[in-house]
Amino acid sequence: MKKMVVVMVMMLVMVSEASMIEQTCKETPDFNLCVSLLDSDPRGSSADTSGLALILVDKIKGLATKTLNEINYLYKKRPELKQALDECSRRYKTILKADVPEAIEAISKGVPKFGEDGVIDAGVEAAVCEGEFKGKSPLTSLTKSMQKISNVTRAIVRMLL
Amino acid sequence: MASSESLLLVSSQQDSFSDSSSNSISETVRRRPIKVYFAVCSGFLLVALYVAFVVTDGSTPKNGTNDETMAETRARLAGVSEKRVWNVFDDRNGEAFAWNNTMLSWQRTAFHFQPEKNWMNDPNGPLFYKGWYHFFYQYNPNAAVWGDIVWGHAVSKDLIHWLHLPFAMVPDRWYDANGVWTGSATFLDDGSIVMLYTGSTVNFVQVQNLAYPEDPNDPLLLKWTKFSGNPVLEPPPGIGAKDFRDPTTAWKTSAGKWRITIGSKVNRTGISLVYDTVDFKTYEKHDILLHQVPNTGMWECVDFYPVSKTKHHGLDTSVNGPDVKHIVKASMDDTRIDHYAIGTYHDSNGTWVPDNPSIDVGISTGLRYDYGKFYASKTFYDQHKERRILWGWIGESDSEAADVQKGWSSVQGVPRTVLLDTKTGKNLIQWPVKEIKSLRLTSRKFQKKVRPGTVVPVDVGPASQLDIEAEFKIKKDDLEVIFGDDSVEDDKEFSCGSSGGATVRGALGPFGFSVLADESLSEQTPVYFYVTKGKDSKLKTFFCTDTSRSTMANDVVKPVYGSFVPVLKREKLTMRILVDHSIVEAFGQGGRTCITSRVYPTKAIYGAAKLFLFNNAIDATVEASFKVWQMNSAFIRPYSTADDLGGSSST
Repeated sequence: MKKMVVVMVMMLVMVSEASMIEQTCKETPDFNLCVSLLDSDPRGSSADTSGLALILVDKIKGLATKTLNEINYLYKKRPELKQALDECSRRYKTILKADVPEAIEAISKGVPKFGEDGVIDAGVEAAVCEGEFKGKSPLTSLTKSMQKISNVTRAIVRMLL
Repeated sequence: MASSESLLLVSSQQDSFSDSSSNSISETVRRRPIKVYFAVCSGFLLVALYVAFVVTDGSTPKNGTNDETMAETRARLAGVSEKRVWNVFDDRNGEAFAWNNTMLSWQRTAFHFQPEKNWMNDPNGPLFYKGWYHFFYQYNPNAAVWGDIVWGHAVSKDLIHWLHLPFAMVPDRWYDANGVWTGSATFLDDGSIVMLYTGSTVNFVQVQNLAYPEDPNDPLLLKWTKFSGNPVLEPPPGIGAKDFRDPTTAWKTSAGKWRITIGSKVNRTGISLVYDTVDFKTYEKHDILLHQVPNTGMWECVDFYPVSKTKHHGLDTSVNGPDVKHIVKASMDDTRIDHYAIGTYHDSNGTWVPDNPSIDVGISTGLRYDYGKFYASKTFYDQHKERRILWGWIGESDSEAADVQKGWSSVQGVPRTVLLDTKTGKNLIQWPVKEIKSLRLTSRKFQKKVRPGTVVPVDVGPASQLDIEAEFKIKKDDLEVIFGDDSVEDDKEFSCGSSGGATVRGALGPFGFSVLADESLSEQTPVYFYVTKGKDSKLKTFFCTDTSRSTMANDVVKPVYGSFVPVLKREKLTMRILVDHSIVEAFGQGGRTCITSRVYPTKAIYGAAKLFLFNNAIDATVEASFKVWQMNSAFIRPYSTADDLGGSSST
């Protein structure tokens, strides 16, 4: 009997923890993406809204780094794309050096609107980079991913306003 | 077992627990009475889980009401979503574009305040002291985006020619280690200055701190001392540690105390807290708020000041009386819009009531200082010339990559005088300070009749630094025809933002100027009137700026801004436009409706930037009489001792 009550209480607790992420993600444009990003992060289960936003900013950072690596690889593999790759490199470095630090500082310090700016801009920079290839981009899945994550993160940052 | 399976469905994280529970279930199944007992308990658990999901389904993580939908609606109404909606995937299917240094260096303004490089935001503590106007501002010394904030400082004799000074305050105490944020100055009875500002502490708590000039005999107020007993105010009970910032200038109460107000929020209600003090070191918090408005979100940069109902000069912040109305203004964190409302202040209990609650502070259809890009604004009383002056932060509308590439971000609007519009009594009037006229160089006067559907080049020479004053008249015959013509429909619910811009033609508009336009008009920024015929056949006028075709660049936000502008009987339609490279400030009907825009042309720059006059109306011919001045640079630069040799100026 006692074991049963303990199990039930623990189940209720676990269910309500998961539902913080689910509750938050429901208010974003991409529930599944949001849940998969936050669930996969060990900090996700105990984070408040600010914390969830910061986890996603971290994902933006990781994706930007990954994309920059891909850009560097493409310089050698597709040298004819140099001009577009140069612009993409500039844009993605902005995400890493300007957008992400701005978002982290703003969200941590409780002035989320600057965090929103940084997060929106990450999506803008990704889309500009994609456009550089005039429809024949080798980076489409990466840039699309950044746009989607940017939209989800923005929705969560807006909850802090 | 049915119940354990349904529990498994609820969350995958339960796996380990469902295993153990199914173990205990399979053990207990063998004992019949326990099986029944377990089924009942599982049933209760399922009900509890069901209830938990249903109850929380419609609510946001923050509170139980439907605020997220309201926030979205508010955002849509205010145009925030539109401003940020941006999709290069759909847009022109990948036009490759890159900024080059020629285009970017053109963007720097000639006569708007901006530091030499990096990021700026809110104006802080503006004041006039010993012959100098002082301007402080939020500044990032390290990057062209927000962060690492310090107080920048500059001085001017005339609010136009600014000289940069060293930083006034940096984050060097535990109580502002994470940011020396926005604040305001107050003059005490003996003429000395106190500064209250928000600090972000080592623990990210927002507190209010006191500072004052280290040497009151230094007219440049170079050094500032922080009060050893800081912070003087911490977030009170019921207020979030990160929802407490931007203290106002203080005003005297009839009891002889000083009173300040600080914006905040409780859930989604924007509020303004009130504190009384005699020494700026200890404070009594009022139980009652100055004011609050539900569903407006966090109130930043609250401003509170008197305006005269009859006189055309500014009032010291402490003035009160029957000839006075009070303005409450707040910057809405949610929508990045500065809203204000006119009302009555009750000194006895420190409250304020709006004249028209349907357009209360923060209501999306309420009044704004500016219908374009304009935020975190702050006024001060200029005792030197008896006027109230308004500063506003004008951020960028381009990408951060462009800001990083060009090395700077943000300017301040040209300071404006603020007065109550004594003719309407229902809105403020703002106008660029008259000192800006000192930048006027050569001018040309024009009188032109513009037929429907025409664009006329206006030859003024270089067109990146202009001051334009214009008067428009719709030909009387055309008006009479339109009034009598039932086939000309009432323009239902026109708004600049949803109008589709200056290419959409109506009977009586749009007409105005296209600034920063290239020869072929592939890039242009129309500033115009759009006159509509209202329900009762009365004319209703709108004043708009259309940035949608201002640039070919694909990483810029390009809204159509603007609003209704009151036009009284027998008034001509007037507009003034200040063009200064990447900023266009437009003033309709003497400053009843103001629109600030940021534009980033790629072609209409340097010698290729031109001015056009246009009339895109279908039926009305328009007569325009206007004057265009070339504007000089204000030569904003670092202060040097040579700058002080003239003594104080008399403008």
